[in-house]
Amino acid sequence: MIAGISIYEILTVTSILFFIGIYGFITRKNLISVLISIELILNASVVNFVVINKYLYPDMLQGVIFSIFIIAVAAAETALAVSIIINLYRQISSVEVKDTEIMKY
Amino acid sequence: MNISYTILIPLIPLAVFLLLGLNSKRIKPAISGYIGVLGLSVSAVLSFYTAYQYFFVSGKVDGVYQTFVNKSVWMNFTETLHIDMGVLIDPISIMMLIVVSIVSLMVHIYSRGYMKGDDGYTRFFSYLSLFTFSMYGLVLATNLFQIYIFWELVGVSSFLLIGYYYTKPSAVSAAKKAFIVTRFADLGFLIGILIMGYFTGTYDFETLNNPEGAVILNWASTSFMGLSVITWALLLIFIGGAGKSAMFPLHIWLPDAMEGPTPVSALIHAATMVVAGVYLVARLFPMFYFVEHGFALNVVAYVGAFSSLFAAIIAITQTDIKRVLAFSTMSQIGYMMLALGVSGYDGHEGVGYMASMFHLFTHAMFKALLFLGAGSVIHAVHSNYLKDMGGLRKYMPITNITFLIAALAISGVPPFAGFWSKDEILVAAFEHNKLIYYVGVFVAGLTAFYMFRVYFGIFWGKEKQYEHAPHESPLSMTGPLIVLAILSAVGGFIPFSELITPDRIGFEAHLNYPLAAIATGVGLIGIVLAWVFYKKENSLSDKYALAFGPFYRWASDKFYIDEIYLFITKKIIFKHISAPIAKFDKKYVDGTMEGIGNKTVLISKAIKGIQSGKVQDYAFSFVMGAVIIALVFIYLWTN
Amino acid sequence: MEKYIFYILSVIIIAFAVASVSSRKMLRSVIYLLFVLCGIAGIYFLIDYNFLAAIQLTVYAGGIIVLIIFSVLLVHHIEMELEMAKPLRKVLTGLLCLLGLGVFLYTIYNNDFNVVENNVTTSTADIGAKLLSYDAGGFILPFEVISLLLLASMIGAIVIAKGRKLNDKNNEAL
Repeated sequence: MIAGISIYEILTVTSILFFIGIYGFITRKNLISVLISIELILNASVVNFVVINKYLYPDMLQGVIFSIFIIAVAAAETALAVSIIINLYRQISSVEVKDTEIMKY
Repeated sequence: MNISYTILIPLIPLAVFLLLGLNSKRIKPAISGYIGVLGLSVSAVLSFYTAYQYFFVSGKVDGVYQTFVNKSVWMNFTETLHIDMGVLIDPISIMMLIVVSIVSLMVHIYSRGYMKGDDGYTRFFSYLSLFTFSMYGLVLATNLFQIYIFWELVGVSSFLLIGYYYTKPSAVSAAKKAFIVTRFADLGFLIGILIMGYFTGTYDFETLNNPEGAVILNWASTSFMGLSVITWALLLIFIGGAGKSAMFPLHIWLPDAMEGPTPVSALIHAATMVVAGVYLVARLFPMFYFVEHGFALNVVAYVGAFSSLFAAIIAITQTDIKRVLAFSTMSQIGYMMLALGVSGYDGHEGVGYMASMFHLFTHAMFKALLFLGAGSVIHAVHSNYLKDMGGLRKYMPITNITFLIAALAISGVPPFAGFWSKDEILVAAFEHNKLIYYVGVFVAGLTAFYMFRVYFGIFWGKEKQYEHAPHESPLSMTGPLIVLAILSAVGGFIPFSELITPDRIGFEAHLNYPLAAIATGVGLIGIVLAWVFYKKENSLSDKYALAFGPFYRWASDKFYIDEIYLFITKKIIFKHISAPIAKFDKKYVDGTMEGIGNKTVLISKAIKGIQSGKVQDYAFSFVMGAVIIALVFIYLWTN
Repeated sequence: MEKYIFYILSVIIIAFAVASVSSRKMLRSVIYLLFVLCGIAGIYFLIDYNFLAAIQLTVYAGGIIVLIIFSVLLVHHIEMELEMAKPLRKVLTGLLCLLGLGVFLYTIYNNDFNVVENNVTTSTADIGAKLLSYDAGGFILPFEVISLLLLASMIGAIVIAKGRKLNDKNNEAL
């Protein structure tokens, strides 16, 4: 509990963070920037888990443990994404999103 | 009586068929002939043994011939309705076993000579075995469905054998014609079987045929359009029988079926398969007799009588000897049908049934003999036509004598086999239906006439000079001729009336001298007429043909029945029904479906740009969709 | 006091997040992300989840950020300016995000959270016991699954990043 801060304010902050992440995901033209946006989105949701755990169910640990799992999955995801980006850069010498659209129709 | 071994009778030809059919390229022709003959000999011996056991040792209980059944359930539908597979032994099935065995064995032996040097020798023997298996199965069937299965199998073997010379277009079309016509008739048979199964709840012959059974006693319980449904079922079944037995108007395939090798004509289209229809009616005889007071049986009688007369008239005008024999076969089968149709049930009343079976037996012998003899002649002259023959008695003495015996037998001259059976048929007809009797007598005269027309045309007539002197056929061909000639000569002395009757008790048959004298006299008149016309080469026949004018041409063209069929199918059904339907199908049904397909392709081409392949575009749509759905939910929840 | 720290942290998080998604320099963008992550770790400290904060700092700030920086350095010149999206797209996306945010906030502020006033402190031992517990409510199975996932992704990352060069020695072009 943060003295004087209600759950609404924290959730507002995380919502803003979440939509900043989505904005970045859609507008950025670079694969690594997209990756950064994904990290923002993930962090916003992790904070939500933790805060709801703390404010609503302080006797339990589910939220915390889920955050740990999410962080682990994020780490795995980042590792794979980075390796894919590096491989892609080797193949087409570019990490621009517009160059990776050969899967269309 | 233990009959479990009889299952071997059909199974041995089946084994031979599989052996020869699967190894047709590996087995030498000579050996395959021996295998076929050997396999069939075993079956024949078993058949004879069964017949002996049944008729003279253990078949009779208290003076009544019993029915022995050995079967197992094959498909189970309800408590009572199930399809069995098995063998049924009763007098007529044994009689048919003997007929099939003798004729098939003779044809096998004969074919070894006739087909010598042919490319498909092994194939031919495998087909013959397949046919024999199917025919045995048909004869031994225990229920309607089993008989139907084997019925179709003989149809298939007949198709295969008619089309044996499959490089010849006429043979191919004849095979197709035979198959389609009989298949069309079998549709009636199948519907009849289904109706029968639906209303009686059983396919079993024993249950169906029991005169005191529920089926026969309750025939009037359900009726349709003024007739009992059982009568309808029987009539539909008779359509199947009429198709197989070439009764008018489903006879058109039989003359064309002569495109097959001659031994095949002797086996299938003279002695065995074509009498399957007669056998079917005889098999269901109690039903035909008792249901609706024999209405269906009357139909059988009139169809038989008409076909008999019709075919006999056409036979006079034909010039292809095999076609003469084909129409003769049709006429004689009509005779058998007619005999069944005028038969009663109890005691001496059952003379028609007995006579029909008797005639079936004797006819199988002499008609097979006639075909094999014709085959022998064709083998020597290499032509089917009477104009290419003449004076052959000097070259082919054995064929001449045997053919003469067969011709005398079919003409009903005593003491040959045909006389006895034909006489019984005429007695039955005389006692029950005078009109049919007169038709029968007239046909007897016609039969004698056309048969001796062929005989004199082949062996006497004009003294033709042959490029290659014809010579007598080898022993493998004349042997069967001699055996069959002996059977045709003495077959009439078998006491059929004591062995095969509808009520299974048997009676003493007496020759009805006035009727026998009339029949014989008519036959002799026919022979004498033929002698006058055809003994020496003269123009008498042409003159009379001219005198009959249009009628002669009409008969010569088989009364245009084929043309009528063609007209109905091509001009009416194809042109006015099938073609518009086909057009509708192409234009609208197909068109709709293709239109849907084409439109789908067009639309997808137009909208495929939406799939940009950029993940971010998809993400944009996804987020937008999610937000819209969230808004919708909020709207729904807050109101 | 904590109240003001939270506001400061919030401002830091949001400001650096915006900077991170709008910076035209790749490396700067990553560093801004680092600040965001640190700010979030600060929030964890504030609500007494010290262990989680430590994880946040080590795994995110220490691990993932380093990984991303490496990849940036591998595929970019440091001075390279990033291409930006078209203004229309930016505006549209911004509007969409604002709309979504509106939906979120509307829902959040209309929801009556059943807040429990507390000062419970969670020790690392509790978390560890819960993670490895196989009683009801224990997380041993997901824990094992996550370990397997990490192993698999590690192998996958190696195989993918290695490319085909080493497998196919004859084909030097790839």
